Amino acid sequence: MSGLLDGIGPHAGFILASYGVAALVLAGLTLAILRDHAAQKRALDALERRGAGRRSGREMA
Amino acid sequence: MASLIDLANPTRFMRFSAALLPWLAAIAALLIAVGLYLAWFSAPADYQQGETIRIMFIHVPAAWLAMMFYSMMALSALGTLVWRHPLADVAQKAAAPIGACFALICLVSGALWGKPMWGTYWVWDARLTSVLVLLLIYLGIIALWRVLDDPSRAARAVAILTLVGFVNVPIIKFSVDWWNTLHQPASVLRMGGPTIHPSMLWPLLILAIGFTLFALALHMVAMRAEIMRRRVRTLTILEAERLDRLAAQGVPA
Repeated sequence: MSGLLDGIGPHAGFILASYGVAALVLAGLTLAILRDHAAQKRALDALERRGAGRRSGREMA
Repeated sequence: MASLIDLANPTRFMRFSAALLPWLAAIAALLIAVGLYLAWFSAPADYQQGETIRIMFIHVPAAWLAMMFYSMMALSALGTLVWRHPLADVAQKAAAPIGACFALICLVSGALWGKPMWGTYWVWDARLTSVLVLLLIYLGIIALWRVLDDPSRAARAVAILTLVGFVNVPIIKFSVDWWNTLHQPASVLRMGGPTIHPSMLWPLLILAIGFTLFALALHMVAMRAEIMRRRVRTLTILEAERLDRLAAQGVPA
C-alpha cells in the first residue's frame, strides 16, 4: 500500500479518496436500484399469484 | 421511427430491456476496466498537475453524465407535457437519482482535485456553483416525486420543474467562457478539437463511454422497476375493489 502511495506522489490521498468516493457512490446507487427492482418484482409476482386484477370473483374459478 | 414508437409500449420495453441489459452491462464493465487500466498504467502524469491528473478520468465523465442525464430528463419532460408519452415520466423519474449521483461525484472529485491544485476545496465561482445548483435541482426533483402520491400529477409537476431547471445546463457548459472562473476552460468538447494529449484523451474517452453505458444500464433497470411499481399500484387498487365487491355480495374472498 505504501509503495502504491509513493508511486502516485504527494497527493495520493486526494487521488485515492476521489476514486473511493466515486466507487462508493456508484456501488450504493447500483445496490439501491437492484434492490428496488427485486422488491417490485416480488410484489408483482405475489399480486399475480393471488389473482389481483381479475374483475370478478367468477374469474378466479 | 416506427420501431422507436413500438418500444414506447411498456410491455415491449420490458422484453427489449431484458434482452439488452446483460450485453450493455458486460460492454460497460469491459470498457471501464480497460479505461481504468489505461488511466492508471498508460497515461503519463501531467507536466503541471502531476499525478492528480488521474482524478480527471472520473471527474470529467461524471460531469458529462450529470449534464447528459439532465438533458435526457428535459426531453422526457417534453414527452410528458406535449405527447403524454407512456414511458416519458417513467424515464424521467428513473434518471433523477442517477444524474444526482454523477453530479455528487463530480463535485466531490472536483473538490479533492481543487485542494492540491488551487489550494482550496471550494470557491463560489460560476462553474462550481452552477454544478452545485444542478445537484440541488436533482434533489428537488427527487423530493417532488416523493411528496405527490398520484404518478400522473407528480409527472406533470416534475416535468415543469425539470424544464425550468434546464436553463442551468448551458450555464454550466459556458460558465467558463462567460465568466472569469478558477475552473479551467473546456479542453475536450471545444471548437477546434481537443487540446489534451492522445495518451490522456483515449483513456478519458473510453472511460466516458464505459460510464455512459453503465449509467444507461442502471437507468434501464430503474425504469423496469418503476414500470413494475406502477403495475403493482394498479393491481393493488383492482384487488381492493374486487375484495370490496365480494364482501358486498357476501362471498368469502
